[in-house]
Amino acid sequence: MKFDTPATNNPIDQLKIVGKPVDRIDGPRKTTGTAPYAYERHDVAPNQAYGYVLGSGIAKGRVTAMDTAAARAAPGVVAIVTTLDMPRLEKGAMNTAWLFGGPDIQHYHQVIAVVVAETFEQARDATAMIRVSYAREPGRFDLAAEAPNAQLAAADSGEGSGAAHEERTGDFEGAFAQAPVTLDATYTTPDESHAMMEPHSSIAAWEGDKLTVWTSNQMIAWGKRDLAKTLGIPAENVRLDSPYVGGGFGGKLFLRADAVLAALGARAARRPVKLALTRPLVANNTTHRPATIQRVRIGAERDGRITAIAHESTSGDLPDGKPETAVSQTKLLYAGANRLTAMRLAVLDLPEGNAMRAPGEAPGLMVIEIAMDEMAEKLGMDPVEFRIVNDTQVDPEHPQRPFSQRQLIQCLRQGAERFGWSRRNATPGRRREGNWLVGMGVAAGFRNNLVMKSGARVRLDGSGGVTVETDMTDIGTGSYTVIAQTAAEMMGVALEKVTVRLGDSSFPVSAGSGGQWGGNSSTAGVYAACVKLREAVAQRLGFNSAEAEFTDGQVRAGNRSAPLGQAAGADGLVAEDHIEYGDLGERFQQSTFAGHFVEVAVDVATGETRVRRMLAVCAAGRILNPKSARSQVIGAMTMGVGAALMEELAVDKRHGFFVNHDLAGYEVPVHADIPHQEVIFLDEVDPISSPMKAKGVGELGLCGVGAAIANAMYNATGVRLRDYPMTLDKMIDRLPEVA
Amino acid sequence: MSKVSLRVNGEVRNLELDTRTTLLDALREHLQLTGSKKGCDHGQCGACTVMVEGRRIYSCLTLAVMHEGDAVTTIEGLGQPGNLHPMQAAFVKHDGYQCGYCTPGQICASVAMLEEIKAGVPSHATADLTAPSQLTAEEIRERMSGNICRCGAYSNIVDAITEVAGRPA
Repeated sequence: MKFDTPATNNPIDQLKIVGKPVDRIDGPRKTTGTAPYAYERHDVAPNQAYGYVLGSGIAKGRVTAMDTAAARAAPGVVAIVTTLDMPRLEKGAMNTAWLFGGPDIQHYHQVIAVVVAETFEQARDATAMIRVSYAREPGRFDLAAEAPNAQLAAADSGEGSGAAHEERTGDFEGAFAQAPVTLDATYTTPDESHAMMEPHSSIAAWEGDKLTVWTSNQMIAWGKRDLAKTLGIPAENVRLDSPYVGGGFGGKLFLRADAVLAALGARAARRPVKLALTRPLVANNTTHRPATIQRVRIGAERDGRITAIAHESTSGDLPDGKPETAVSQTKLLYAGANRLTAMRLAVLDLPEGNAMRAPGEAPGLMVIEIAMDEMAEKLGMDPVEFRIVNDTQVDPEHPQRPFSQRQLIQCLRQGAERFGWSRRNATPGRRREGNWLVGMGVAAGFRNNLVMKSGARVRLDGSGGVTVETDMTDIGTGSYTVIAQTAAEMMGVALEKVTVRLGDSSFPVSAGSGGQWGGNSSTAGVYAACVKLREAVAQRLGFNSAEAEFTDGQVRAGNRSAPLGQAAGADGLVAEDHIEYGDLGERFQQSTFAGHFVEVAVDVATGETRVRRMLAVCAAGRILNPKSARSQVIGAMTMGVGAALMEELAVDKRHGFFVNHDLAGYEVPVHADIPHQEVIFLDEVDPISSPMKAKGVGELGLCGVGAAIANAMYNATGVRLRDYPMTLDKMIDRLPEVA
Repeated sequence: MSKVSLRVNGEVRNLELDTRTTLLDALREHLQLTGSKKGCDHGQCGACTVMVEGRRIYSCLTLAVMHEGDAVTTIEGLGQPGNLHPMQAAFVKHDGYQCGYCTPGQICASVAMLEEIKAGVPSHATADLTAPSQLTAEEIRERMSGNICRCGAYSNIVDAITEVAGRPA
């Protein structure tokens, strides 16, 4: 099905099941521990051996020798594969760092060996016996030091944000020079780790030249293609299966070393091999959100109208890598006739920087939304009003291009009302409760809505049951449930009559889980397949398909009616289709919006910040399931608290690695850090987006949160911080005198 | 190798294990009870939380052979699909999970944690060490902070626990 004109009325609009806050259908399995994750598939292949991987102890240079004699002689060892056993493997299309093979070391904890043994304990023990000799070379590990050498670089995050290397509209410099009120400030955001709870894990089994990998991956088709390419085998010989994914956040978008090494280990051991990256390998072996240095300049008239806005970002990555697209939202978020965005990329020898939840917008909004707060103060304006004054209903760089929907003003106004914004004291540092300085902050949330081609197969059986198969993944997002809701609504059956099977590369290729496109795109693909199935059902029953109504397990047309299952026949009835998109995305700017409101308390003596209240008001098209959508948003808000207050991969600039590479050193929010969170979804349907009229929310909930917290901290204390994370050491010497 | 006998979810299980085997790996790899999760293998995340003799512990931080004769309750022992423990049902109702990987640990910790409050075990958030422990959101958050949820379902988890504990969310 090609979606190239705005959606009109369709069966989804009945909203009997879609749009309802139903419990997740995978809930009973997840809460009883019976949902099988990649490393837990004891059932799928007999005689599994254990793999354990060894990471490089240097960041740059060469492996000159590996002595594996002791390891090979260790109890239980079945096979050892080292990076010196083969030339460098070809890189997957989505990978920047190579994953295995050859002597060259590109980053710390690059995998250099896998040991396969009868037990986990034996594999771990033998791995420690491998003696590695290195020739170490100096590397570039300090972004600030390399920034002067950074080159202009365009990039697309691949996840809905992007920018040219430099983009100009009007005359920024001239307008900025003439503006009566200006801001010119530089901010930094650190390297961050996805830190999903389930480390990257795979079981690999060969049958002849056919390979099956039970893995944990967000994008099955990419993973299958890139695993085949890396191993140098035909893609049709590879099957991936990933029905449950223990968190991804972008860290499992791409093929990673676990799948490659499980496959190589299994080939060497001649039996199935299971392995997981150990927690300490996750930060340095895989990908991370790159650190940025961002400069923002804003010029405005005294009435608050922005006349000039510039956002420039510098980040680093390995050779052939790409910049963090932190300026992309600034192209679209606010009005202003004279504009400049630019991105610069420095070459670093740290692990690969790549997409993490809301790549581009997450760190970009952490910065631009502090800058907006600073400008509002210079103008003597309320920060909510300053944003409203600068709203735009069209793409500011291409004014002929409207937003399909844009309710940013409503998000901000409703949020201000609900949060009690009028009680905020505009003068910082004035609200004191015992030892606590209390403040409120606001930020706009913005994230583009991407639509992706997505396929599905639906099967009707004689009892009126419907089975959906698609290689879509559920990474905690609720895909199982919204897909079941879509099929139930389309086929007129109860939710319980729908079975959803996901994550298998033998199913039709879906949008996958990334860039907050998964929910809308994958359900639109299921919609397309169901439209085909409805036609086939009507034809089987001899009904006019245009008239046929599907309700309560019955099909009705005119005065005729038949049970849905009757159309299935003995063999069932199968339909397969996909959704693909025309040029609506070019003609209209599709984005999602939020108003984030936060109240914090800062200890006047220690600078410790506690988040007291959080509210997000979101406008993101039709909400397919308000319960799971709300969870996506609160989860993202929680990640925003981490980004604002604690998350930072600490770079060892001498040896070139992230030091705090586990969950004790890399701090993420825990229960005690998170208050009750409130989320409001504005009524919105977006017929430009898809037949579902939905958009994404999974990343919107993160976009802007960090700045709202930073702005609340400023309102509480009068101390303006511009370097994330905003830890107490950056504030303590600037706090007001303790009375 | 060493023999060990565990009472897992009410059933005696006799195992012969490499003495280096953690309780977590004994459960996951040898008994194929994969509901207890390995998130870090370091005692940093809580995904492996089980109850041993009624008390919650990180099963990755203890060796199986140290638990001769011990009663171990895992997520599989609390309830099954179609026969959910009230805490499991409350997690479903309040959507107290997303990816599901920390969930069994959160649920085991929740069940044991409520017993700790009942028994008057104080926490860092307890103002008066001699008074009975209060069942406040602050207490729940403090006592559950050894169980990380990177998906960020905390607000919903606290609602689920609060409901099971018998207080309005």
